[in-house]
Amino acid sequence: MNIYNAVGSNKRKTIFIMLLFVLFITTLGFVYGKASGGLAPSYAIIAFIFAIVSSVGSFYFSDKLVLATANAQEIKEADNPELFRIVENLTIADGLPMPKIYISKDPSPNAFATGRDPKHAVVCCTTGILERLNKTELEGVIAHELSHVKNYDIRVMAIVAILVGFVAILADMFMRSLWFRNSDDNDNRGNGIFLILGIVFAILSPLIATLIQLAISRKREFLADASGALLTRYPEGLASALEKISSDPRPTRTATAATAHLYIVNPFKGKEAGAWLSSLFNTHPPIEERIKILREM
Amino acid sequence: MNLYIILAIVLGVILVYFWLTYNSLVTAKVRISEALSHIDVQLKRRTDLIPNLIETVKGYAKHEKELLENVTKARTSLMQAHTTKDKAEANNELSGTLKSLFAVAESYPQLKANENFAKLQDELTDTEDKIAYSRQFLNSNVLSYNTKLSVFPSNIIGNMFGFKPAEFFAATESERQPVKVSF
Repeated sequence: MNIYNAVGSNKRKTIFIMLLFVLFITTLGFVYGKASGGLAPSYAIIAFIFAIVSSVGSFYFSDKLVLATANAQEIKEADNPELFRIVENLTIADGLPMPKIYISKDPSPNAFATGRDPKHAVVCCTTGILERLNKTELEGVIAHELSHVKNYDIRVMAIVAILVGFVAILADMFMRSLWFRNSDDNDNRGNGIFLILGIVFAILSPLIATLIQLAISRKREFLADASGALLTRYPEGLASALEKISSDPRPTRTATAATAHLYIVNPFKGKEAGAWLSSLFNTHPPIEERIKILREM
Repeated sequence: MNLYIILAIVLGVILVYFWLTYNSLVTAKVRISEALSHIDVQLKRRTDLIPNLIETVKGYAKHEKELLENVTKARTSLMQAHTTKDKAEANNELSGTLKSLFAVAESYPQLKANENFAKLQDELTDTEDKIAYSRQFLNSNVLSYNTKLSVFPSNIIGNMFGFKPAEFFAATESERQPVKVSF
């Protein structure tokens, strides 16, 4: 897979995910309408409009939402000239426009890129990564993030973060309420609706998981590592950066289950709190393997 | 009848292929000239910084006349260079003289302590980095363009419309030579 077909496949994937989301939410509205005894088609239409608005909205604003959940602030050149210089130089080498740079106040070292295309891209670093890495290591990390930008990985990943994340949270909510409702049988009708929805989600959640795996294949991290190394001509920089990041035991607190797949290294560090939801998003290849491949280059 | 349809389809496919290849060659050429103009911006910045640097150094190291003259000479030849090859050569020449200038500056503590000098040195290093990165971008574009021009069947279209292979922006002599360690 080279960069050109990576771009095409990422653009197609984004549209596919958006369509699937609309279909799913509309069906959900229909099922809910039927189960609650209302007019099913009108529920479906409302759900359809909602799904269209939210998927188009997340195409344009997912990066802002992602940055808001990461608690990140935009910085200007004067705030961190070294970081700006690294990003500027690498964008020159890659022929990309200069992205915006955000910093998220988090002592755990990590970084991600988001946006919908290279012209609307953001590279975000935690304060921890800026403190711990030296210049060549930081260059490796930024080059990795810029490859995500160039590949349009950022578009798919941001859409996935919002839409699939939303579905996963809904699923989690209904599944939980299903377990709780089992114990009290006062409201039979409500119970029925939740039972149906719960079953729908129970069937669908493995499908959602597969979808995420499909969308965020582990290959893209390897591809970004490789093209990042091609950009800096120094794979050791990224390798030692990954080593440093993974040796830090602190999980990235500003990451959530829905944004975890954006980060360069799994932000939970194997200490998953939120059970199946986060394991669903566990799309990072083992870091030892990535380091090994980089060292062999 | 059938034969004509097949012929028409084959001809159509060939035409579409010509059209796409021609466009991709033109796009590649535009990209190369864009990359070249990026390099020019950095080269210009570099030549603009040098008079300032020379003035600053003069104040502290009057005896390094020859060295300063060399830098000025290299700067002038860079400004006069027009082809990619000349520019690359002049730029490498300038890099070399600047390197020795900064090496000499090490033995003038007052010069090293000068804030203006430190700032200029920092900016020149940054410009040199940026030239290296733009060169990398240019060369990777030149590589893919030249490859397209020489492989079959796109070379046919390249020849037909008179596309010429583009020039690489060559690396400096010292970068090309293997590292020598002497004891």
